[in-house]
Amino acid sequence: MAVEKTYEEINARIKKGEAVVVTAEEIIDFVKEKGVKKAVQEVDVVTTGTFGSMCSSGVFLNFGHPTPRMKMKKIYLNGVPAYGGIAAVDAYLGATELPESDPENRVYPGRFLYGGGHVIEDLVAGRAVKLEATAYGTDCYPRRHIETWITLADINEAILFNPRNAYQNYNVAVNLSNRTIYTYMGVLKPNLGNASYSTSGQLSPLFNDPYYKTIGIGTRIFLGGGIGYVVWHGTQHNPCVPRTPKGVPMEGAGTLAVIGDLKQMSPEWLRGTSNIGYGVSLAVGIGVPIPILNEEILLYTTVRDEDIYAPVVDYSNAYPNNTGEVLGHVNYAQLKSGKITVNGKEVPTTPRSSYYKARQIAQILKEWIRSGKFLLTEPVQLLPGVESGIKLKSLKERKNND
Amino acid sequence: MVVNRIVLRFSPPLVEQPIIYRLVKDYDLIINILKADINPHKEGFVVLEISGDSENYNRGLDYLRSVGVEIEPLSGTIHWNRERCLQCGACTTFCPTGALYLTRPEMEVHFDGSKCIVCESCLDVCVARAVEVRF
Repeated sequence: MAVEKTYEEINARIKKGEAVVVTAEEIIDFVKEKGVKKAVQEVDVVTTGTFGSMCSSGVFLNFGHPTPRMKMKKIYLNGVPAYGGIAAVDAYLGATELPESDPENRVYPGRFLYGGGHVIEDLVAGRAVKLEATAYGTDCYPRRHIETWITLADINEAILFNPRNAYQNYNVAVNLSNRTIYTYMGVLKPNLGNASYSTSGQLSPLFNDPYYKTIGIGTRIFLGGGIGYVVWHGTQHNPCVPRTPKGVPMEGAGTLAVIGDLKQMSPEWLRGTSNIGYGVSLAVGIGVPIPILNEEILLYTTVRDEDIYAPVVDYSNAYPNNTGEVLGHVNYAQLKSGKITVNGKEVPTTPRSSYYKARQIAQILKEWIRSGKFLLTEPVQLLPGVESGIKLKSLKERKNND
Repeated sequence: MVVNRIVLRFSPPLVEQPIIYRLVKDYDLIINILKADINPHKEGFVVLEISGDSENYNRGLDYLRSVGVEIEPLSGTIHWNRERCLQCGACTTFCPTGALYLTRPEMEVHFDGSKCIVCESCLDVCVARAVEVRF
């Protein structure tokens, strides 16, 4: 009889300390050695991991009211603007925000040494951050200016809320032009000098649940070293892309919107990053547990690097001009080997996310579950899948509003 | 036998002269050019690893001084901060000598200072700013 497990059954085993938990890397050999039938009976959870710059990240903050009270309008944290267009002492600080004094790319390529991602890292590391805010003053909120120092422990809330993380597959970026270019995929040397790739391949969360059969709203996850939750599909979630026969998307597809309490996270797994010539961002560590509910879900988790193909895209023309042109596909085993072939030329590969750290995250999450301190949650709603018909749109420009 | 890494600085007129050729031909030195920036009518520099008999080495350096080349030891070292490193491995594609390298299949970043030529290629490609040059 086919094995069907429930979340309750798996959680009962976790609570008793009996759950069998393996990483998305370990499950590959586990199934090879023991066979699918035995593995689906034995394994309760497969853990995944990914660690890299994820630009669509940021943190909601509530500073608490000063005396007299204040409706903060323009807000700066270590000189980096935070969005204050919400309630009086609430703000949202985005990972890619830059100080107004940053020279940006005026001296090209800019260095982008400090920005929103770095403020988030400073906060989570417990370092004091300078808060400066101005306001127009109201009868109830008369104060017009404040300059003070805050720490993560001082303020009421700090909620990491990332509208798009953990992209399911991504472009491999190359440069066909004859000059070095500076992109969010890193420095790309001219004439196919290197090929940048992201995602942790066989360890990446959404590659192990390609049709979103277990991940959805309410899924408890490892986020930035603490516990977080999937709250929605991420922005640009694009499930209806071409897939391999095993369901692996051949280009960027699903994404996750995630949330968690910054106060229990760690700077080891949330780190400000500086991308020369491009800007700042935040490296985020995410690990998602996949409950092995049945044989189908088990088989998805056995995906290997050689089964996962990514499109090679020219970032000197095809990407910026949105032509959609793809130079070919390469798999993650090739990418991780250190070289791929593009247009007949051998090209060294540049990793953008850390496979090493992704493996650590999967291991940490495995230990959390084994020790009984991390229970799985059944999503209240799964992410939109291929049946949703969702298609990623480009922005159409119009001259008139008609 | 001497193996040394040095920086040579040339004034614009010297750039036109075949100085490296002389070091090889007249002083029997083995020259490995690690980094160079030489342009006509401009000042230039070359980072060299020179190996050879110690007497030849000293005579070679005397020759360089006699024609007006400024010789400096290769100062400055690259410091890789393991704690700052995000372990992405992007630097390893830009390091020309394999001083920064990935071990596979772990995909762990390592730094071998003895291979580093302080070309500084890693500095700007590190998103974590985990490498710095120290003098």
